Amino acid sequence: MCLGVPGRVIDVQGFTATVEFWGVRREIRLDVVDEPVAPGDYVLNHVGFAIRRIPEAEIAETLALYELLLREAEGDMMAADVRGEIEASSTGPVP
Amino acid sequence: MTPEVAVAGETTDLRFRDPARARGLARALERLCAEIGRERVSVMHVCGSHEQAIAKFGLRTVLPRRLDVIMGPGCPVCVTDLPEVDEAIVLAEDGVVIATYGDMLRVPGTTRSLAEVQADGGRVEVVYSAAQAVELARDTTDQVVFFASGFETTAVATAAVILDGPPPNLSVLSAHKYIPPVMEIVAEMPGTRVEGYLAAGHAATITGWGIFERFVERHGIPVVVAGFEPLDILAGLVELVELIRDGKREVLNAYPRCVTRDGNRNAQAQLWRVFRATGGRWRGIAHVPNGNLRLRDEFAHVDARRRFAIDVRRLWTQAPPTLAQLCICGDIMAGIRSPKDCALFGRACVPESPVGACMVSSEGTCRIWHQYGGHPDLRSLSPHDSDRLP
Ligand code: SF4
Repeated sequence: MCLGVPGRVIDVQGFTATVEFWGVRREIRLDVVDEPVAPGDYVLNHVGFAIRRIPEAEIAETLALYELLLREAEGDMMAADVRGEIEASSTGPVP
Repeated sequence: MTPEVAVAGETTDLRFRDPARARGLARALERLCAEIGRERVSVMHVCGSHEQAIAKFGLRTVLPRRLDVIMGPGCPVCVTDLPEVDEAIVLAEDGVVIATYGDMLRVPGTTRSLAEVQADGGRVEVVYSAAQAVELARDTTDQVVFFASGFETTAVATAAVILDGPPPNLSVLSAHKYIPPVMEIVAEMPGTRVEGYLAAGHAATITGWGIFERFVERHGIPVVVAGFEPLDILAGLVELVELIRDGKREVLNAYPRCVTRDGNRNAQAQLWRVFRATGGRWRGIAHVPNGNLRLRDEFAHVDARRRFAIDVRRLWTQAPPTLAQLCICGDIMAGIRSPKDCALFGRACVPESPVGACMVSSEGTCRIWHQYGGHPDLRSLSPHDSDRLP
């Protein structure tokens, strides 16, 4: 649950941002992150909130790690946790 | 991206992105443990993601034989106490809509779980975030209670949603826990050997590594903050074992690309504006002073414990399930025993029909060990291993 998930900011509207996760677009809240966030930035997100702006130099390494996890099958626990973090940014209960 | 390469040697299926570095770190650990010279060196981590990575990538197979890396109380769902689950069950039985994280559904209460209440027609909804609980409340006129679990990292999100002014029919039943106090309790427990702590990187992203300084001062046990990538964990262990060898009582940050001394102050401000730390029981472990996060008086209007008169005693007239009494989850989280010491592990207790909370949550030690091959450590993990299983 504390794995979080990185995503690229597409658009910012006040305290909400549209963030893209490997082609999937979701709404993320910006109330918690402690730096200004702009389109093009990468943020680390946990339960629907950006908790950190990822510095330029670390983006590639961070994405590579998560891609390694996401290549795992549906049943893999770490992959499922990362997918859950992406789902956290959609609205409404899980169907 | 660097392709995955298996590390050759006695290990199997080790997929490091930089195997040469992994080998170097493993050798450094071997050398450090030899220099310490004792039969056993024990360190504890307190993060489900750390255990997932350690088990998934088979890290224990490259660790020195005499180094024990034990998972402590790093699973928030697992430490949710029975009466806390009972509170949610009573509310659901009384017709309130319960919104909660998926892992909470099958966590046993005193006599049953939320999943069983749901099967009997209770309205229990799975959400991935506090914001989804808000959406759920907006779509109905019924009372919705967000049964909130998680450590401080997750509690921040609950706090932000509360500060945002949720709809009047939403309230929060907080089972949020605060990690630093339990590290103190577990470090002092008889039977637990913690010579150093590996602290969770993403939690420290928010709290900063500075919060561990007081702990180190009081207990003389070093702390190293580490990320959850296999190489980050190995690098963190090298720094930790080095501190143990040198008898240094310090906090080191082995995850500087994510963690600063002060952490995310904005998040901390929101967390402590909404919550206060109070004492409470952590399931199977102990009463932990300041270990529970509860809503401050200012937010009494969104506190489910104030909105509803929750009387859980009616559940306690029924007999608890007999198998549950054999669960040693608490001892496992205190680092005293391992899942292999549980006679039910992999037999009567499996992820499909869990007996204890540690087999329910994806952050629970039993569940993680079960998924990644029963016992991922091919060496004897702890001196308490009794190999009761064939
Ligand atoms: S295997 Fe099941 S019963 Fe045994 S300690 Fe783990 S959760 Fe409890």
